[in-house]
Amino acid sequence: MFKNLTVGRALVYAALLLMAIYYLLPLYVMLTTSFKSLDDIREGNMLALPQAWQGGAWAKAWAEACTGVECNGMQGFFWNSIKMTLPAVAISTLLGAVNGYVVSMWRFRGSDALFTMLLVGCFIPFQVVLLPMAQLLGLLGLANTTAGLVLVHVVYGTAFTTLFFRNFYITVPDELVKAARIDGAGFWTIFFRILLPISGPIFVVCIIWQFTQIWNDFLFGVVFASGESQPITVALNNLVNTSTGVKEYNVDMAAAIIAALPTLFVYMVAGRYFVRGLTAGAVKG
Amino acid sequence: MAALSINNVCKTYANGTDVLKGINIAIEDGEFLILVGPSGCGKSTLLNMIAGLDDISSGDIAIGGKRVNELSPKDRDIAMVFQSYALYPSMTVRENISFGLEIRKTPRAEIDATVKRVAEMLQITHLLERKPGQMSGGQRQRVAMGRALARNPAIFLFDEPLSNLDAKLRVEMRTEIKLMHQRLKSTIVYVTHDQIEAMTLGDKIAVMKDGIVQQFGSPQDIYDNPANLFVAGFIGSPSMNFIPATVVQSGSDIGVKVCDDKGCVVLPLPHDKAKLAGWVGKEVIFGIRPEQITDARTAYRDGLPVMACHIDVIEPTGPDTLVFVSLNNTKVCCRTHPTEAKYPGESMELVFDVSKAVLFDPKTEARIV
Repeated sequence: MFKNLTVGRALVYAALLLMAIYYLLPLYVMLTTSFKSLDDIREGNMLALPQAWQGGAWAKAWAEACTGVECNGMQGFFWNSIKMTLPAVAISTLLGAVNGYVVSMWRFRGSDALFTMLLVGCFIPFQVVLLPMAQLLGLLGLANTTAGLVLVHVVYGTAFTTLFFRNFYITVPDELVKAARIDGAGFWTIFFRILLPISGPIFVVCIIWQFTQIWNDFLFGVVFASGESQPITVALNNLVNTSTGVKEYNVDMAAAIIAALPTLFVYMVAGRYFVRGLTAGAVKG
Repeated sequence: MAALSINNVCKTYANGTDVLKGINIAIEDGEFLILVGPSGCGKSTLLNMIAGLDDISSGDIAIGGKRVNELSPKDRDIAMVFQSYALYPSMTVRENISFGLEIRKTPRAEIDATVKRVAEMLQITHLLERKPGQMSGGQRQRVAMGRALARNPAIFLFDEPLSNLDAKLRVEMRTEIKLMHQRLKSTIVYVTHDQIEAMTLGDKIAVMKDGIVQQFGSPQDIYDNPANLFVAGFIGSPSMNFIPATVVQSGSDIGVKVCDDKGCVVLPLPHDKAKLAGWVGKEVIFGIRPEQITDARTAYRDGLPVMACHIDVIEPTGPDTLVFVSLNNTKVCCRTHPTEAKYPGESMELVFDVSKAVLFDPKTEARIV
């Protein structure tokens, strides 16, 4: 394999390798630290492997670590995040699919203006909507609930998902819809029988994007949820910032990895479809 | 099957653009209508309006004597074949063909029988379980036709169905569409920008430009008697020669004067003298088709005017050789027998058959005679 190795090539590989190490190093440190004992951490080198591998920090992070007054670990908050993320991703993705279908295939007077307004929604900073959203959640009686967080994320995410689906459906020839209309299919039949079956790639993009955004969100979580209903990102912050007792780096690292696992998992399962989906439409199918 | 009539149909978009300005076309049950014209002439819009995919701004469209203006596409009893074929990508050929029948709640046994019949007719039985992505353009084209045939509609609409195929396949499919029409006696509206497809397929042709039907008639009538300069130039390949010329009186004859660099000839016109009289001394556009300027051997009549012309270029096509000469400073194409054609730089005697020549008003582009 080194037959064609020129100096330029070698430099490229060297640079790539350096970059890979640069990006993988934090993960390496987090993983090794989470398996070290506290003594090991204090005495040893940050980059060294654990002297003795032990999973105690993981168990503690999951079930016993203190996140403020409570000391039940991350587990409850992990499920909170799951309960928030799954419905929010599902609802916002489906809404985006229907929106995208309408603004690309069923143009009506003002549909372009509507789409532009939705686009603007993508550029609104989180902080701007905090106060009005708090008011709305109060009015709806959803303050401090997971359902409230789901609503916030659906509202905020629909702008993005609509954009994704619209840009995907715009590449689908509208003759397809015309043909289906002549065949006698209605609005929903066309959507479910003709368009949804070819929307796989864009669903993957949308789900990865929304899952990452919603799972990783901290601001909405910390503002609109408290105590029991907090998502894992807020819990992680509380765990790391708890000032009582010894600073347990191994537990912090384990908790951080636990918090990141679902997004890592989604990327590993669907990541290769992500790029494929982003470039879908560039090539005629 | 049903007759189609289009009465004074207009289309105006919300921004005020007039796409169609009063279209009147009527065809009988079983006729093959071609809508032909350059891109942007409104032919596809008209087809979409017949299909019900576009709203009608004013006027009426009737299928089988029944006004369909407000009917949705599915209630008009039509089927359409699209340029991109528009096959449902996620469905197999069988599902594509049966989709419309399923939606109309046709019994399963009947659907299966129809799919079988249509597939056999189009010789696509072996493709039934494939998806559109696994087929060639020609095969997709057949499936698209099969989908339309399965429905057995009152009218078939074709929107440039052959323009995505390569040249050889296009000619083959053209013949098949014509055969299908002869066998099924179906009413067809066919949009194309290709004048050869228009001539070969149609019972009636509507030549369109700028949202107006320039001429509506049988292919031969449109070829022989074009209504104006546009139609004359659009139909026919190679297209009609347009030579700017002056109408002159020579003895009892009225003719047009054509010159090359050596000298001039007056070609006497056998047309209606009453119509020509007013144009004597004026400039007109003299339209003559390439096959009407030929060599002495090919010309089938004696006593036609002859002119020796200097050849600029020749283009052998096989059955004919196209000879290009320059008359009145205009490039003129002549269709000659391959063995009679001379070479560039040489002089050749060309016979002008002016009986089918036409004259146009250079200002209005309307036909004079």
